[in-house]
Amino acid sequence: MIPELGSAAAIVALALALWGAVAAATGARTGRPALVLSAQHAALGVFVLVTACFALLTYAFLIFDFSVRYVAINTNLGTPFYYRITGVWGALEGSIILWTWMLALYTLIVILRHRESAHELYPWVLTVMLSVMAFFLLVITVAAPPFARLTPVPADGRGLNPLLEDTGMITHPVALYLGFTGVTVPFAFALAALITGRVGDAWITLTRRWTIIAWYFLSLGLLIGGWWSYHVLGWGGYWAWDPVENAAFMPWLTATAFLHSVMVQERRRMLKLWNLWLVILTFGLTLFGTFLTRSGVIASVHAFTQGSIGVFFLSFLALVLLTALALLAWRWDALSAQGELDSVVSRESAFLLNNVLLIAAAFTVFFGTVFPLLSEAVRGVKVSVGAPFFNQVNVPLFLALIFLMGVGPLIAWRRASPDNLRRSFLWPVAVGVAAAALFSALGIRSTLAVLALALTVFVAATIAVDFSRATRARLRMGERLLPAMGGLLRRHNRRYGGFVVHLGILIVTLGVTGSQAWSVQTETTLRRGEAAELAGYRVRFDGLTATEESNHFKVAGAFTVSNGRVLSVLRPAKKFYPQEQSPIAGVDYRLGFGEDVYLVLGDFARDGSEATVKLQVNRLVSWIWIGGAVLTLGALLAILPDRKKPA
Amino acid sequence: MTPRLLRWLIPLSAVPVLALLAYGFRVNPRDIPSPLVGRPASAFALQTLEGAPLALEAQRGKVVVLNFWASWCYPACYEEAPVLERNWRAYRDRGVVVIGVDIQDKLEAAQKFTRDFGLSFPNARDTTGKVSVDYGVYGVPETFFIDRRGRIRAKHVGAVTDEAFRLNVEKLLSETTG
Repeated sequence: MIPELGSAAAIVALALALWGAVAAATGARTGRPALVLSAQHAALGVFVLVTACFALLTYAFLIFDFSVRYVAINTNLGTPFYYRITGVWGALEGSIILWTWMLALYTLIVILRHRESAHELYPWVLTVMLSVMAFFLLVITVAAPPFARLTPVPADGRGLNPLLEDTGMITHPVALYLGFTGVTVPFAFALAALITGRVGDAWITLTRRWTIIAWYFLSLGLLIGGWWSYHVLGWGGYWAWDPVENAAFMPWLTATAFLHSVMVQERRRMLKLWNLWLVILTFGLTLFGTFLTRSGVIASVHAFTQGSIGVFFLSFLALVLLTALALLAWRWDALSAQGELDSVVSRESAFLLNNVLLIAAAFTVFFGTVFPLLSEAVRGVKVSVGAPFFNQVNVPLFLALIFLMGVGPLIAWRRASPDNLRRSFLWPVAVGVAAAALFSALGIRSTLAVLALALTVFVAATIAVDFSRATRARLRMGERLLPAMGGLLRRHNRRYGGFVVHLGILIVTLGVTGSQAWSVQTETTLRRGEAAELAGYRVRFDGLTATEESNHFKVAGAFTVSNGRVLSVLRPAKKFYPQEQSPIAGVDYRLGFGEDVYLVLGDFARDGSEATVKLQVNRLVSWIWIGGAVLTLGALLAILPDRKKPA
Repeated sequence: MTPRLLRWLIPLSAVPVLALLAYGFRVNPRDIPSPLVGRPASAFALQTLEGAPLALEAQRGKVVVLNFWASWCYPACYEEAPVLERNWRAYRDRGVVVIGVDIQDKLEAAQKFTRDFGLSFPNARDTTGKVSVDYGVYGVPETFFIDRRGRIRAKHVGAVTDEAFRLNVEKLLSETTG
């Protein structure tokens, strides 16, 4: 009965979304507010119904209703309560419901925020958002029905992919999906601008904050994904250039480009076409990401689900791209720039270069991701490109971006005078060069590491120069130091939010550089009581323990880690799930600001007399997570309502 | 071309990318070539779910369809169970035998599975996992087609379809034992 209710709710929601999309468009064209009002009600109805779907599916998980195919696949009687809830979005069907629910939520907030403004764009925004929602509801009702029955009803379920049994899995998909679906809002405004022909700055002003919100969640999702990869997958890394990671990274890159190029449009009335294109591209990439993850077209270490829905997503992606880009071509004449690039040495050209680099990075990642397909289509051989390709192309791009991160915010608009350049950059460049000399003198041999660190110092110095200059100006006005600094952050929250984000990126860069350049590892087989040494640590194997957990069998090794004195006992494990061919690694680690000790259990003797262990000392990795936290705080600061005018 | 027409290159630029992605549907990333094809099938002696002995050797001279499955494997094992039963009934008199090997499973759940689908071909349990390791099983279901001389001739990943079953079995049946 409950599954049927859920299916019915989805069908009604689909009908409502379609009606709302048509009603809002008709209302806008014929100038009948009643129709727009009806569309609003439809959107509210969709939200209620999708919420009901989500609740019903969760209920089916909680009561182990194995007559529902999706429940049977993603739980078994041993699945703990906690993972029965997160398991709801552990695979395709449930993720689509979560996705649709978030989209409905965003639509509701857009309605609450923008309905009073009675802006010309508003009804079309509703149309676009409800259309996108209708697509996802179509997927729910036709391509991937979450409430499909299973006969005969099995005695027990298969169980969730064990890798997903982790606390990171509650937050990672949620953050990422909030980012992905959040991109729909600026996209809807961009399309509305193109449809109405009001391609001026209104849509940009209205969506700036929405874009930062989406960007915030995308960043958060990527970071938590990295953390999950680091502490669950057990290969000692946080980023593998896996197609699924790339799928989330590409829209992040283009959204970052967009956040910078809108400033140029606001200031200089340039890049109108470019900005619209960026938003369309970003939204297209979020759909592409879903397509990639869910279609099984490109094999990935964590392509969790496969199915026929690839065709659905590709068709929708084609529809979206062709329609949106055709609209762009149609409005071409209205999109010419009013401003001009006055000088190459100016903030707008720094931003332009930043955009080119970010798009180049996104293109590289795209190219590398679809390369297996391309090579198979052209040469008939399936060849993947791995991390070396991505690193080789992207590292120079990112270093150049970091350099621009120092230049962009301080260089003058239009044309930078020699005086402006001297005042802003003399000290930072000097400090950066000195840092490079110092790092070389300290014996850092990797040129790349020296360069990355020196650039980091340079950019940090530019931020310090700017902040101290602004603070001094306030001190001269008679303010005291701390209120002056706080007031700066609060009053110019967008500018300084941006600076804090930049600072976060610098800290992440430090972590990435450190972990790439200085991490060491070894793999060794130890008899009980024997110890291995690495980078000043002594790791002694003390024995094995085996335990029966609710849904798996776990063998854990006890290893005492010491460096002169005993630091801790780490227990890396191997988990044997009945539904998995190979055991799942359970890593154990000791995190630190300077370095992490990271253990992965390999083969072991059944009697516990010996075990193989992979021992890693990963340097500075913690700074990636710290930088990530700083970065998201900066984004939050930038999202705060402006003080200057009432929000 | 005039600038007016040139602008339509923007939407057109998306077409090759979309075409490439569409091409992706034609290829199967799960096509994992098995090095075992062409090699002799390794022998095993297991017990059926009812406790009777079951050895591959005893089937020499017949075409053997060796299917690895588990009761927790939906939807694929659930889709293919009726297909296997149907084709086993159709071909059993022509010298074809279907053998199911249940892996990483509980006995009761496996018995419920064979009962629910009314499977009449022999099903054995690979309690130690040795057989699935010998055959390089990645995941269930996987099906091996073994010829009369006991060599593995084809491997099918995912649920077996009527078409795949017939195609492989007919080919092996048409060969004269050499």
